[in-house]
Amino acid sequence: MTTPALEVSGLSRFFGGLPAVRDISMRVPAGERRLLLGPNGAGKTTFFNLIAGDFPPSQGEIRIFGENVTRKSSNQRTHLGMARTYQIITLFPKNTLLHNVVISLVGLRKLRFNPWSDLRQQAALWDEAQATLALVGLDHLAERTVMETSYGERRRLEIAMALAQKPKLLLLDEPLAGLSADERKDVQHLLQSIPRDVTIVMIEHDMDVALAFADVITVMQHGQVVVEGGRADVVADPKTREVYLGH
Amino acid sequence: MRTPTFNWVLWLLGLAALLALPWLVTSEYYINIASQIVIAAILALSLNLLIGFGGMISLGHAAYLGVSAYLAIYMTAHAGFGQLSGALIAIGSTTALAMLFGYLSLRASGLGFLMITLALGQILWGIAYRWASLTGGDNGLGGMKRPHPFGLDLTHPAIFYYFVLFFLGLALWCIARFIQSGLGQSLQGTRDQPRRMRALGYNVWLIQWLSFVFAGFWGAVAGLLYAYYHQFVSPQALHLTTSAETLLMVIAGGTGTLFGPVVGAALVVILKNVVSAYITRWLILLGAIFVAIVLFMPEGLLPGLAAWIHRLKECLHGDKKTTGVSAITKDRV
Repeated sequence: MTTPALEVSGLSRFFGGLPAVRDISMRVPAGERRLLLGPNGAGKTTFFNLIAGDFPPSQGEIRIFGENVTRKSSNQRTHLGMARTYQIITLFPKNTLLHNVVISLVGLRKLRFNPWSDLRQQAALWDEAQATLALVGLDHLAERTVMETSYGERRRLEIAMALAQKPKLLLLDEPLAGLSADERKDVQHLLQSIPRDVTIVMIEHDMDVALAFADVITVMQHGQVVVEGGRADVVADPKTREVYLGH
Repeated sequence: MRTPTFNWVLWLLGLAALLALPWLVTSEYYINIASQIVIAAILALSLNLLIGFGGMISLGHAAYLGVSAYLAIYMTAHAGFGQLSGALIAIGSTTALAMLFGYLSLRASGLGFLMITLALGQILWGIAYRWASLTGGDNGLGGMKRPHPFGLDLTHPAIFYYFVLFFLGLALWCIARFIQSGLGQSLQGTRDQPRRMRALGYNVWLIQWLSFVFAGFWGAVAGLLYAYYHQFVSPQALHLTTSAETLLMVIAGGTGTLFGPVVGAALVVILKNVVSAYITRWLILLGAIFVAIVLFMPEGLLPGLAAWIHRLKECLHGDKKTTGVSAITKDRV
């Protein structure tokens, strides 16, 4: 049996007495497109933050490519091949798009601790950043600051920063949120173009887009997994309807 | 990649003015004031690394000035060490202290960080004040003689001025390299988006700690030069007011800029030493100037002036186009 890209077992997180995530177990094989569905407050983003290492779980275990990362920091997890995007865009607004991607690239290199070498002189790094921007169709805006770009472009930049790190496990937190119909198509197309060897776990509310993208769907409610399975199974399951329609 | 703006003419003019100062200002008193400004500027530059580039507001930066000065004087004038070994011990030990203080302070962020640095600074002040057998207590520690490196007579005010000016140039060069380096850029990233930086693989704590130690090193250099200048040190060098004055220099000149702290240091030292001779209540004037800076140039004197000049140029050319300024890539004045 091959090592799964992501494996969580008995994962819980309590904020005071409030359980945000309750006893979730999940196995995501390498290369799978996994979709997390659920209404607001279902605990999807908290679950994401636990996987990413933003805060530790109250109970349970997280493994990335077989390695137990439960007590590892988020930066250590990134060095194992994990990358993520944020629901609320988290960029460096005063910097150029190119520089944002360079910051992303430097994060995995020893250069980040170098107090002497001028980052502006690292031509290979800037070329790689430019190539990554081309991948998401933003190369023509490389010299613009983030402040001068549209919301959709910023969403694509988020994805570019994650892709720049050549992740093996990619966590996408609502990558289509707040986009216009045209921008959605662009980002959707971009997501489809990500190589299959990259495992993707995605939170998304747009059912049509999400269902077209996912191999396996996990539906969450009240911090728990209520349905899990293939597209047809999940859509047909009455619990899914109950979660979304309340009856 | 953004091309850095680098006004060579302004640089050369500024450098020429600094080098010509002992000829322009013949009075030894004013040359000594200039030396004080330069020493204060080195300390302010080091604090700016924390505040401006790291977003870590410290109220204990006088610790490095004071400890380095105490050690330099104690080692050379009381413990029998030579000038070079005394200087190396002062800088090395103070940098080691910065390693410890950084480790302790960075257990918190924001207000917690500020309070820890304040507390650590006050502990050192208390030690200097109360441990009279070692530090001389309230009377301070003296007896130091200025060294004669490479045969230079540092007792001569102009030569001493050039000596400290060399260290200011060195500090500016090293800090300019640092802020454009991988570590310097990482530090600025942790200032703006620490959570994002962690997710990108950066060890935020380690980056901040390394920068804290680097800042402590330059604080120690300023302390050594302070000891050479005054040949005496008292608990005042470690006091909160010294830390607050340095903070004022950084904020007034412009945080996160390379030359802002130098301008801020000049402003505060001149007000403190020159204006106070004519105006008894000079602190009121300092307060008024600081309020005016905060109101009209909240980013500090240097960025404020640069913005005014930029707007003036726009008015003259009728060019209304505004461009974003990259906090990281763009060289700042």
